[in-house]
Amino acid sequence: MAVARPPRSRRKQMEAIALYPLDWLEERSGLVGAVKYFLFRKVPGDTNWFQTLGSATLTAFLVQAITGVILAMYYTPDPNSAYESIKHITNDVTLGWLVRGMHRWGASVFIILMFFHMARVFLFGAYKYPRELNWIIGVLLLVLGMLEGFTGYLLPWDQTAYWATVVGINLNGTGPIIGPFLSSVLRGGSEIGPDTLARFYSIHMLVLPAAIMGLIGLHLYLVIRLGVTSPPWSKKAAGAPWIEEDEPEQPARKGLVEPTPRGGAAK
Amino acid sequence: MSRVDPEQGEHKPDLPGPSVWPIGVAVGVACLLVGLVISWWIVAIGGGISIVFGFLWLSDLSGHPVGARPAAAPPPATTGPPPAQRRPEGPTTTRSGFLSVATLGLGGVIGALVSIPPIFLAIVPPFLKQSKKPVDLGPLAQFPAGQWVVTTFMLDPSEGAVSRRTAYIRYNGPLKGQPSFTIISNRCAHLGCPVQPLGLVQPDKTKTISTTGGEVVTTIPVLAVSGFSCPCHGGAYDTEGNRTAGPPVRGLDRYEFSIKNGHLILGRNYSVSKVDGAGAGARIHKYDLTGPGQHIDGWEQIFYPIQPPH
Repeated sequence: MAVARPPRSRRKQMEAIALYPLDWLEERSGLVGAVKYFLFRKVPGDTNWFQTLGSATLTAFLVQAITGVILAMYYTPDPNSAYESIKHITNDVTLGWLVRGMHRWGASVFIILMFFHMARVFLFGAYKYPRELNWIIGVLLLVLGMLEGFTGYLLPWDQTAYWATVVGINLNGTGPIIGPFLSSVLRGGSEIGPDTLARFYSIHMLVLPAAIMGLIGLHLYLVIRLGVTSPPWSKKAAGAPWIEEDEPEQPARKGLVEPTPRGGAAK
Repeated sequence: MSRVDPEQGEHKPDLPGPSVWPIGVAVGVACLLVGLVISWWIVAIGGGISIVFGFLWLSDLSGHPVGARPAAAPPPATTGPPPAQRRPEGPTTTRSGFLSVATLGLGGVIGALVSIPPIFLAIVPPFLKQSKKPVDLGPLAQFPAGQWVVTTFMLDPSEGAVSRRTAYIRYNGPLKGQPSFTIISNRCAHLGCPVQPLGLVQPDKTKTISTTGGEVVTTIPVLAVSGFSCPCHGGAYDTEGNRTAGPPVRGLDRYEFSIKNGHLILGRNYSVSKVDGAGAGARIHKYDLTGPGQHIDGWEQIFYPIQPPH
């Protein structure tokens, strides 16, 4: 059954063996091409380090997600043992202090990077047409990130956490009309009790992360679809045009490959 | 435009011209929001204005394509002659149309059936079963006349320390043959931090007693109390719980009480706008329990028209 093969060098042979699993995957799913399409997009030649702030924010979120999942293996969301379990993580579990510290300080890093990223987008004018929707999604992500901070703050269940949450819930309670109902829903009743901690835990580690991941997916989809903007000092046109369905033979990112001068249509 | 670049023209947004209708919509929404706190008919007027101007705005916008694509004729939906021509009197429902509607409808019903119970579980139980059990604070003898006593107890011993609450209790002597107590909640009327008594706390005279129902009550006497103050944002109150300074919007909450078998029984808590007079003869302006920071008198009370059950 031997099939005649052209003679190959040992090196070529090794390469083929190494690449075979990728070829197998690509043929059946197209995933390799998709990842290449995502990673090796064309971007304006004059992008700079400021445009890495979005990726930095994403990295900070991934750190939060991974460390949070690990911490959940040791944490107990029960008022009578939550604080003890935090002490156990910090003092007894090997490297527990490090992972808890990463999660605790990483939370601030995540929020700060979101603001830096937002400032970059604002100052570069990258929120303008056609990227308004991505700005709106980003604002939702900021709100959800702040809610993560609010709900996560209660979980150590020490005096700071407890009273900060009492004040936070009562602040929500002072909102007109729906305020009293909002604070009751947050508390899980008219008084803070065991349900409050479990409720905040569930919101913190299930509801909000799922929402954030979904919105990050949309955010990235729009970044890929619309391309990256040039800096405001660029001599070249900003971003890619929307995809022209009428002209499928023209690549969608033509504007990035052969940019037209800024403001060319006005004169 | 002296020169039009056809390539470039495709890449420019064809944005609609300036329009005054959004201003009308904004006025209508503002009117609607004001109406929410004032009256329902102002809500209706605001809603009407918003809808009318919103329609005008949309009709203005609809003259412009959303993208830059020129408004071309819509492509024919089917290659064959339309069903209406084939069967002018027959039903216009097609097989695929029926299946789409049926799938969406069935999916919607199943989605609603499975999502309503969890959403209900997340939102409704916090408003149910809010009645509180009375708490036995022990014999009357541990509350000397005219002395403030810091009393801590558990609202529900089965929940553990999370239900621990503190009240400041003063025995005012008898009033019309019945013992009179002033029982002030330590929950600040600003945002709910624990207020502290301004006086000489005597921790060496702390007493802990067990009462009926598994209650463990701790009492600490305080001498020369001149008022209460909050550590969080500096709210200050006098000895009757009237606000004297700082951000609180009303006086401190109080507890109802009763006497049973010579024991002081703590009842429901209620909110107080202010107290005239002092001690046994005080006149308390009493309201249903309201969250901290919420006005219960004055014009600001219109912001909190309905209270959830407490």
